[in-house]
Amino acid sequence: MAWSNSNMHATLQMVCFIVFAAVAVGAALAVVAAKNTVHGVLALVLTFFSTACIWMLAEAEFLSLALVVVYVGAVMVLFLFVVMMLDIDLEPMREGFIKYLPVGIAAAAIMLVEMLGIIGVRALNVVPGPDPAGASNIKWLGDALYTRFLLPFEIAALILTVGLVAAVVLALRVRTFSKRQNPARQSAVRAAGRVRMVKMAAVAPPSAPANEEPQA
Amino acid sequence: MIAIPLSWYIVFATVLFCIAIAGIFINRKNVIVLLMCIELMLLAVNTNFVAFSRFLGNPDGQVFVFFILTVAAAESAIGLAIVVLMFRNRRTINVGEIDSLRY
Repeated sequence: MAWSNSNMHATLQMVCFIVFAAVAVGAALAVVAAKNTVHGVLALVLTFFSTACIWMLAEAEFLSLALVVVYVGAVMVLFLFVVMMLDIDLEPMREGFIKYLPVGIAAAAIMLVEMLGIIGVRALNVVPGPDPAGASNIKWLGDALYTRFLLPFEIAALILTVGLVAAVVLALRVRTFSKRQNPARQSAVRAAGRVRMVKMAAVAPPSAPANEEPQA
Repeated sequence: MIAIPLSWYIVFATVLFCIAIAGIFINRKNVIVLLMCIELMLLAVNTNFVAFSRFLGNPDGQVFVFFILTVAAAESAIGLAIVVLMFRNRRTINVGEIDSLRY
């Protein structure tokens, strides 16, 4: 029998790779050529998704899912949010598209040929051995990440914090006349700033009746 | 078992990278498309890292991809914040009009 089970499995993988790669490349071309930036962002989402599938074929399951969650879920939504929030006049930014199209294509084509020539595609025509990760890609990755790369891991957390603070500081606009609370002043309040104790002689005002109930 | 040769991944990543380069050439005026092209380039590089990590049996490549994803997320957040700020101050994100340092 010419088609053994593993042979068919290999063919299936190759077909999947070609389909996902074709979708990713087509969507990347749509990102570059999109007239409307919103369509470009959506095409970029498709590119990320197809590439995540290709990573899945390379048995990098954790990173593949992280790409979907982090990029498609967070970064691309941020892009979409900014593109839709800004009222951009797209026409002037399209000028030079036709003028620079041949230059861009020529530069990209030359680079592609050069890079493929340098890499030597035929020399790398190898198929890997059995999965070094064993059953769990996450365990394989985590063993490296939480031992040898622990300090860079902590620094990555720091970078994310700096990015968060920087983005808020850059984009926050303080309107002068808006009625808003100042948390710093609120938490800096002391009792002495709010209540003033006054010492007075205990003398009843002459007009007040002695047995009136105190006002609420 | 993976049946796909390493060269397929490399060719795919190279094609993505070159598309992103062409995009930077022909969309020079739109900052947001420029940022998206940079994301595409990072994606191509990450694909190389993933493929080589798997084919050499070394997890370091995938750890690197993890860090690249982290830095790229911070970069795009700050970049988009700068774009919002630029639009608020100049009412445009056209690179051709951002030239006040020239004069």
